[in-house]
Amino acid sequence: MLMQKRGQPVTLAAQLLSWCLVGLLMAAVFSFAFSQLKYGWNWAAIWEYRQKFINGWLVTVAISAAALLLSLLIGLLTALAQRSSVLPLRYLAVLYVEAVRGTPLLVQILIFFYVVASAFGLNNRYVAGALTLSLFAGAYLSEMIRAGIESIRGSQRESARAIGLTQLQTYRYVIYPQVVRQLIPPLTGQFASIIKDSSLLSIIAVGEFTLNAQEVNAFTYSTLESYLPLAVGYLLLTLPISLVSRILERRFHFAT
Amino acid sequence: MQLEFCGICKQFGARPVLRDISLKVPEFQSLAIVGPSGGGKTTLLRTIAGLEKPDSGRLRIGQDWLAFTEQALLAHRRSIGTVFQGYNLFPHLTALENVMLPLVKVHGVARGQARDTADALFKRFQLLAHAHQRPAELSGGQQQRVAIVRAIAIEPRFLIFDEPTSALDPEMTAEVLDCIAELRAEGRPLIIVTHNMGFAREVSDRCLFIAEGQILEEGRSAELFSAPQHPLMVNFLAKVLRY
Repeated sequence: MLMQKRGQPVTLAAQLLSWCLVGLLMAAVFSFAFSQLKYGWNWAAIWEYRQKFINGWLVTVAISAAALLLSLLIGLLTALAQRSSVLPLRYLAVLYVEAVRGTPLLVQILIFFYVVASAFGLNNRYVAGALTLSLFAGAYLSEMIRAGIESIRGSQRESARAIGLTQLQTYRYVIYPQVVRQLIPPLTGQFASIIKDSSLLSIIAVGEFTLNAQEVNAFTYSTLESYLPLAVGYLLLTLPISLVSRILERRFHFAT
Repeated sequence: MQLEFCGICKQFGARPVLRDISLKVPEFQSLAIVGPSGGGKTTLLRTIAGLEKPDSGRLRIGQDWLAFTEQALLAHRRSIGTVFQGYNLFPHLTALENVMLPLVKVHGVARGQARDTADALFKRFQLLAHAHQRPAELSGGQQQRVAIVRAIAIEPRFLIFDEPTSALDPEMTAEVLDCIAELRAEGRPLIIVTHNMGFAREVSDRCLFIAEGQILEEGRSAELFSAPQHPLMVNFLAKVLRY
């Protein structure tokens, strides 16, 4: 009864039972691992620093939200630039996308903060951090948006022309709604990525979630008690996003 | 309606597609354009539809010479109904929304009135049950019929069909051709490019045979199909009617 036959719906009982089995298995693995650890748990010390965790978590949410909005703008502009007939503009956008997608975020954070930002007198590490994250995510979004625009068939533009829509109306009523619908699922996934990637900003001492957990660890020498809440805190953000992404994907799905 | 071509030329790159087409087509209600693939019939049709600008030459539709400015072509496209061979509909809109879009956004009809117009036409073409489905949920024949409804909903001066059934299987082809025959019986002026010679003969009162970028023969369909004069047309008909 725990098998899904091809094309058949899964019963609620089968779902629940299967999830319980998975939960049990994970519990067994981890309780075995932790029991081997012979570790003196000290949750009391961590509890003292709960406000620090909350503050760090909020900073992560704020930086990620700012980076998402900004990366969306960067992605949109560079996607249009990649399609521009002005060659230097197009090549600049292509170079940006390829350079960012081809290098690790860690390297970008270090170079942007210690070289570019300081050269231009930008000393606020929070702003610099959010900017780096936006530039990083913007390159990926740029490719998604470009692919979205290019996936609208030429025959649809032709059809729009034949019924008498203007160029602007064609973008407004034909291309734009389809690109947005296609974009929503990957966009939610990108938001989850931004949240996780923001942890790397701890290396330039941005006081986000991970940095705060590291500090608590340094104060209390309670490594696991510091990092387990960290994992839970990130899951609290990314699991709902991934759920929403699945729902949206189903809702906006239509074959073309 | 009447058509007059005057020295129309069109090249794609180095390849001439229409070579100095000049002809005055006498009064007709339904005109079929036939000929071998690559002969220029679709380009000529697209020129009549205001989708293609000729490199030179003039075109008269009814009483008016068509000005080939973007402005005039847009107004022209808005006054006629065009149905292509496939993929006419927008995939993110339901059948009803597809029909309402040009009415509301291009012709400024109030939403309620546009809906009534669309509903009445859906009812007439047995599409009412599919009004709220997206194109992907419809058969090819149903999609083409929705496209036809969209084209006639705006009360066009005339209709243009560019191989409307070439992407369909025989059963669906019949369903779409019935629909076009019905529009003709209503007295709507129409111009059709088709590979279906039997249908071209039945539905049209005049016919153009186009090959090698030129109109090689023009005449009343009944006569043209039973007694073609130009050797290329004789040859063409012999080939397509062999099976």
